[in-house]
Amino acid sequence: MGDASDQTTISGDAPGVDATDAALALIARLRDMHGPLMFHQSGGCCDGSAPMCFVEGEFKLGARDVQLGTVDGCPFWIGGDQYERWKHTRLTLDVVPGRGASFSLEIPEGVRFIIRSTLCDPADGPR
Amino acid sequence: MTYAQPNQPGALVNFASRYENFIGGEWVPPAEGRYFENLSPVNGKPFAEYPRSTAADVDRALDAAHTAFATWSKTSVAERAALLHRIADVLEENLEAFAVAESWDNGKPVRETLAADMPLAVDHFRYFASCIRAQEGTVAELDENTVAYHFHEPIGVVGQIIPWNFPLLMAAWKVAPALAAGNCVVLKPAEQTPTSITMLVEKCASFLPPGVLNVVHGFGIEAGKPLASSPRISKVAFTGETTTGRLIMQYASENLIPVTLELGGKSPNLFFADVFDQDDDFAQKALEGFGMFALNQGEVCTCPSRALIDAKIYGEFVERAVDRATAHVPGNPLDPATTVGAQASQDQLEKILAYLDIGRQEGATVRMGGERAQLEGDLAEGFYVQPTVFEGTNDMRVFQEEIFGPVVSVTSFDGYDHAIHIANDTLYGLGAGVWTRDGSVAYRAGRAIKAGRVWTNCYHLYPAHAAFGGYKQSGIGRETHRMMLDHYQQTKNLLVSYDPKPMGFF
Repeated sequence: MGDASDQTTISGDAPGVDATDAALALIARLRDMHGPLMFHQSGGCCDGSAPMCFVEGEFKLGARDVQLGTVDGCPFWIGGDQYERWKHTRLTLDVVPGRGASFSLEIPEGVRFIIRSTLCDPADGPR
Repeated sequence: MTYAQPNQPGALVNFASRYENFIGGEWVPPAEGRYFENLSPVNGKPFAEYPRSTAADVDRALDAAHTAFATWSKTSVAERAALLHRIADVLEENLEAFAVAESWDNGKPVRETLAADMPLAVDHFRYFASCIRAQEGTVAELDENTVAYHFHEPIGVVGQIIPWNFPLLMAAWKVAPALAAGNCVVLKPAEQTPTSITMLVEKCASFLPPGVLNVVHGFGIEAGKPLASSPRISKVAFTGETTTGRLIMQYASENLIPVTLELGGKSPNLFFADVFDQDDDFAQKALEGFGMFALNQGEVCTCPSRALIDAKIYGEFVERAVDRATAHVPGNPLDPATTVGAQASQDQLEKILAYLDIGRQEGATVRMGGERAQLEGDLAEGFYVQPTVFEGTNDMRVFQEEIFGPVVSVTSFDGYDHAIHIANDTLYGLGAGVWTRDGSVAYRAGRAIKAGRVWTNCYHLYPAHAAFGGYKQSGIGRETHRMMLDHYQQTKNLLVSYDPKPMGFF
């Protein structure tokens, strides 16, 4: 991963992202296959609005990306503009059967990470 | 009459159990010998295997493309135009079979593939055949003895990554200008929808010059990445979402090559009060324009997924629009009467359902739909969603993110300025719609909305000869217009002195 020191990192008691057991099991499997991982939440067309899983460092982070938290040690990022429009929700990483497109690592396994969301108070959550 | 399912008695199209990559004019098995199953979203069942290609297959396709480029780049524009016309003719002659195949592979209603996807794909090939014949370079006379010539030269071998929502039409958008301009193509179809482009090269294999158009199947990380990151491509074109768009740009920056990107939107559809000044055809046309959110099950980058309605008519408009939209219920995509088919894949279905959930949590009101649609019989395992109308406010996530399902989020505006403010309060800027009887309002709104295309008193038309592309985070570059040739050409300037005498400078 690029130098993340200038990016916003979210900390505190209320992480912006967590994961289901199924997602954690998939992460463990992918990490065995590929090594350390990272996530970046996409937006836009087709497979947009879906989380993307890469080998850590594959996706070059920018100064405006925001780290929502970590999932089983994997940093989970979102674009800064998108974060502004998502910050009133807490994200849960889940996995479903399906053949998504994109470069996300789990796709050859015939499954796809997806995001489920719950409302939260942005004041006490990701900040 | 409902079309027979492929490989059933009376079917217009029959698939092999396995397909290969199309490289150098030949059908080539993947280097690692692995394949993946392609499912039909109509019934959720597999129907053919496609290569699970890797870098070795991409390299082989790049070898073929580079070999072909040496001659293809030198062919006359007449010859290139003739090839595009032949492709268009093949597609047109087999239009019904292509339409059924596309419907089966993607889940979209055959009504749409017959009326839109396939005829438009035909026309895009013909349009770029015409464009390349009409294109001329320029000559600038700098002074009496000095002339600057500008020639259009092809870029080289280009990589194209195609989305799954209009599989063959999106391939046509990218392949036609690339070939017209004299480039050779390595194309990776979406893994959900490899069928129609494979059919097309199969039917054109006898006359496609080997290596000019290569199709390599597989997954993004295994085949798409080696293609997009290869130092052996001179340009990459991608339609998809923002994270992969950034990744493609990142790879392109490592090789210093140009990109064109189309990354989606959250398109506003504005209805001003005067649409209801009379209860006439125009009022019906506007209501029809609202209903366009369900076209292609909402799996359109320009889906009019935010309806902004003048507060003066809000109640009546929503009531009539919902009333009209309830006629559209998901059904068998192969029935020509069906207007809403299946979502393209199970993960798409799950993602849409997750948005229906967050919309409710945020306090949006469900005016219609809001659930998965359960079909009967052998379609019970297909991926269907009820067309859904939410009412809410523009700060809700269902107003800010492309759901890519048959879901529209509706809100009201008070006056012109408020309408434009809401329309532009989005990260994206691909499409928009404006509906009014007042030409002045239509013009001002169209210019004020920050989007690459503003449909005015129409929506979801995709003709060749009208530029398509995004503002803001919706992408870079334009498609479906002559200017697309610029994205696939580079300029050669010959700066020539005809002066027989020395400059007298050194």
